[in-house]
Amino acid sequence: DTDDVGHKYYLELELEDVLDKDRTVSCTAEVLYHLGSKSSAPDVQLTVQGELRSTEEADKEFYTRIRSLEKELVAENIPDSHGNVPPELEPILLLAWAASGYVIWQNSTENTKFNLAQVKHVKQVKRSDEDLQFDYVVLLHEMVSQEVLPWQVTLLWHPQRGARVCQCQGPAPGA
Amino acid sequence: DQVLHIMPETLQQVQHLQLLCSTLKLDLWKPLLPEDIRAGEDLHVRVPAPLVQEVKDSLDQRMISYRVLIPDVQKLVDRSMPRERSSLREVSAGYVYTEYHPMEEIYQWMTQIQKNNSELVTQHFLGKTFENRAMYYLQISQPSNKPKKIIWMDCGIHAREWISPAFCQWFVKEILQNYKTDSKISRFLQNLDLYVLPVLNIDGYIYSWEKDRLWRKNRSPYESGTCYGTDLNRNFNSSWGSVGVSFNCSSDVYCGPGPESEPETRAVAQFIKSKKSDILCYLTIHSYGQLILTPYGSTTKPPSNNEELMQVAKEAAAALKGKYGTSYRVGSTALILYSNSGSSRDWAHTIGIPLSYTFELRDTGTYGFVLPPEQIQPTCEETM
Repeated sequence: DTDDVGHKYYLELELEDVLDKDRTVSCTAEVLYHLGSKSSAPDVQLTVQGELRSTEEADKEFYTRIRSLEKELVAENIPDSHGNVPPELEPILLLAWAASGYVIWQNSTENTKFNLAQVKHVKQVKRSDEDLQFDYVVLLHEMVSQEVLPWQVTLLWHPQRGARVCQCQGPAPGA
Repeated sequence: DQVLHIMPETLQQVQHLQLLCSTLKLDLWKPLLPEDIRAGEDLHVRVPAPLVQEVKDSLDQRMISYRVLIPDVQKLVDRSMPRERSSLREVSAGYVYTEYHPMEEIYQWMTQIQKNNSELVTQHFLGKTFENRAMYYLQISQPSNKPKKIIWMDCGIHAREWISPAFCQWFVKEILQNYKTDSKISRFLQNLDLYVLPVLNIDGYIYSWEKDRLWRKNRSPYESGTCYGTDLNRNFNSSWGSVGVSFNCSSDVYCGPGPESEPETRAVAQFIKSKKSDILCYLTIHSYGQLILTPYGSTTKPPSNNEELMQVAKEAAAALKGKYGTSYRVGSTALILYSNSGSSRDWAHTIGIPLSYTFELRDTGTYGFVLPPEQIQPTCEETM
């Protein structure tokens, strides 16, 4: 407890690679929830101890595939109602997790627990520079209120530059 | 045999049809029950060959309009034989437990299960949902002259948690397939009766198939039909409305206008109350989270038999983990999840059922409510 500033948490975490279940990486983190201020995201400092798996080849393959699409990629409901994800859309779902991570971070308090429930809609936007752009509508499930709300988030991605959220709008209209 | 498509227009025609169906024991395909026949809604009924003329004459007499939907049922059946399932998705030995099934198929499944296992299984009517659908539970009971205690399990109180009804169906199948050969199960059934309610929130479940996959509540309308649904797991009479709820209908944790305001809640509560002195264990199955939750949600004060509750739950979690390594956390809702009131599990405990648990099945958020069908089998096997 840091008086007058907020609540600070010291965490020791183990990250599990969703695509390679036996692989774990240890991390430490410091999270500061600001006192009173409901509109500011918690401060996070993260240190990764160990190495993350190299995904260079898969990244290149995905990048080339998307860049060579004649029509921009558009998809809905990932996973579908039965939990199925077509293999070619798996990277799109993984990027959605990254994008959702940003939204979740920005909206988390000590009394929320968010998960990505489903990608409602994703649309690729072709760019003149080398980044891939995906405009997502993601459904986030919040455990305490049990609400599932749509959020619009745009993600830029590049094999070397990684993922960046470039724009974040609140709950989509008609929520 | 022929299938007729009939259009009753008046209440008298409806009544006549209901009478006809019950006295001639006709096979109603749509709706399921004679009491659901409505004026203005079409009806499909299979009429055995020897009765076809009699039925048609009776309809003509009352000026009830109809047409022949299927002129020869046998021909259709023969035509569809080479395929795995008939075009009507008939449910029997071919039921696929590793897929999610819509409510219509679950109803058919229950009928088949009772038919195929009549020495052990009886299907019972529990009540009706808001949208007037029948709620049934299956009783698995080995005939014996000694009185037996009861274990009750309900699934699907929240519409979007599809793995839950899938588990109830799996559970029933496992018991019935193995009770003769598995000594644990046969000993179990010698001393206990199992009551299984495969889908509690039927209206919500159907809505999640047809309209909104992530719907949670039931489908009662409020505020003149501008807002729908009560969270059935906040609607029971256990510290109702005190914490972890909303009094706003648009919330996913809306607890309803009062405790047991919902027909689904009342149907379950009335039955359990009537049998409470014989019920040893109350189980309610949810997803997701991989948790075994004990009372209470509304307070951190532990229940009187907390030690026993925790010990049994810990043993269950250990056995579960032994199968595929899946970790389940154990504890009271208030301590490891969040505060809530009006849950069925808390209510069951407060009326005197000693062992009362909520299971939150796989996973922990990767797929959440949309758990892929490949995970049905491992989830069910480990939970078994």
